[in-house]
Amino acid sequence: MIALAKGLLEQIRAHGRDAYPEECVGALLGQKGEHVRVTHVERIANARGNERARRYEVSPDDYLRLEKLALEVGLDLLGFYHSHPDHPAAPSAYDREHAFPFFHYLVCAVAGGHPGEITAWTLAEDRGEFERESILEDEA
Amino acid sequence: MARILLPTPLRAYADGAASVEVDAATVAAALAELVARHPQLRKHLYDDTGRVRSFVNLYKNDEDVRYLEKEGTLLAEGDLLSIVPSIAGGAEIPSLRRGGARDEGLSNEEIRRYSRHLIMPEVGVEGQKKLKAARVLAIGAGGLGSPLAVYLAAAGIGTIGLVDHDVVDDSNLQRQILYGVSDVGRPKLQAAAERLREMNPNVDVVPYETRLSSENALEIFRDYDIVADGTDNFPTRYLVNDACVLTGKPNVYASIFRFEGQASVFWAEKGPCYRCLYTEPPPPGLVPSCAEGGVLGILPGLLGVIQATETVKLILGSGEPLIGRLLLVDALSMRFRELKLRKNSNCVICGPNPTVTKLIDYAEFCGVPQEEARVAASTSGLPEVTVQQLKSMRESGEDFVLVDVREPHEIAICAFPDSVKIPLGTLPQNLNKLSTADEIVVHCKMGGRSAKAVQFLRDAGFRKVRNLAGGIDRWAQEIEPRMPRY
Repeated sequence: MIALAKGLLEQIRAHGRDAYPEECVGALLGQKGEHVRVTHVERIANARGNERARRYEVSPDDYLRLEKLALEVGLDLLGFYHSHPDHPAAPSAYDREHAFPFFHYLVCAVAGGHPGEITAWTLAEDRGEFERESILEDEA
Repeated sequence: MARILLPTPLRAYADGAASVEVDAATVAAALAELVARHPQLRKHLYDDTGRVRSFVNLYKNDEDVRYLEKEGTLLAEGDLLSIVPSIAGGAEIPSLRRGGARDEGLSNEEIRRYSRHLIMPEVGVEGQKKLKAARVLAIGAGGLGSPLAVYLAAAGIGTIGLVDHDVVDDSNLQRQILYGVSDVGRPKLQAAAERLREMNPNVDVVPYETRLSSENALEIFRDYDIVADGTDNFPTRYLVNDACVLTGKPNVYASIFRFEGQASVFWAEKGPCYRCLYTEPPPPGLVPSCAEGGVLGILPGLLGVIQATETVKLILGSGEPLIGRLLLVDALSMRFRELKLRKNSNCVICGPNPTVTKLIDYAEFCGVPQEEARVAASTSGLPEVTVQQLKSMRESGEDFVLVDVREPHEIAICAFPDSVKIPLGTLPQNLNKLSTADEIVVHCKMGGRSAKAVQFLRDAGFRKVRNLAGGIDRWAQEIEPRMPRY
């Protein structure tokens, strides 16, 4: 299960809408305590040179910047979100091959420019498959 | 001592540590020590073959070690080696479609048609829907393109684009199984589209009756998920490769010559590209085309079906694609061999520092205009006779010697009964069969080899030697229509 502070899911959807028809990507920051709780999302520029309609990439510079930012503000880098323009909110084989354990991955479907379902996934220890997890948004 | 900085997701496998001190002189040794101390890290840093995973970047201080000495990069006291995961992902290939996702359900007719696919778990309804949603572009509707397109259509690929600008010729029918006798003289794509729609009306066949060029390639490729290269010349092969790299598409490649073929999947994102394998085209004229050297008609069938298989596997996402492997097929010995291909870190188009960033003039790159100019220069000034002149020389009983420099298997197809047969390669040791006192006319099939022979004879002191322009082929066209052409 992954919990998000109120309004963050809406921020992710808004990013997906803004980036359409390209994929958007952003970081999830928060606490990895007994429960994983995202308190902050950070938009990242899609560093992918081409094919941004179906691929996203975070540049190494951005990655290192995020790790540093997380350290400075006392949060953990918990994972990333990205959008699937005109494609279901399910991770692709490509997503799985490029995923790391520990991180949480949120996928947001954006059909025809309208953001919809968001799903959450983590990679199994043996790298074999993505396991779906439930999303809980704070009430207030 | 150097320090390795671990990214957040890997810290759990190093007892939660953000960094680890190692005593190692190189990047490779540092990683080895890290993994020896924390064995659980191994599967996240290395793939099954023991290579560092492609999405693991290594930075020495601020520099990517790929631009230094890679894993051989030296580490000094106080250096910081950062492991930086490359964070990437994205939708499945078929979602590339522009204009929104289509619901790719299967009709009852399609379920009956594809039942042998549907009952295999590796395909199933989901896989068949992926095939239906997929868009594949075949470059060339000839020897390779025919079986490729036939099987892709039968398999239910939703959209098949075909690029070709040829007309069906008698000499195509020996291998281009899309066409029949009634198609001779028709544009290939017209005949191909009819045939494929007849095989499977669910398939959307998109014809591009044009020559693929640097001007149109990116525009055409953009609408497709996978490109299959079935071309027969080097300029187009480099063009297809470069356009695939620039647009991020996989290039399912095959080529054929006589009894031998090659196949691979070039996909710069996941492995080497064609230029990693062949950085430079061969000198023009060195590698003969199928029109010059011949090809076993069945061979493109074999290789085109391998291309279709790889294409379908890429779409389904199953199996082990031919990425990073070059399959060599020898039909005479019926042996299949495999070579490992590596990505060239200096590759001018898919390497980290590309110098080719847009499509170029590929005819120029492959030396085609230079070769044409060279041939024109070497044959210009050589004395020639036309086929009409040869006809009147023969009819008037003029005293001259006709020399045929073609190979014996060509002479078996057609020949002048009164010619002296000396294959070009054996001319130097057979000079004694000719006399400098005689008038000599030399011919081959088209006039190219005989021009070389004329030049050689003139250099050897023969003065009264001339070339038959257009060779026996032009003779068959203009003078003796009953003579077979090949």
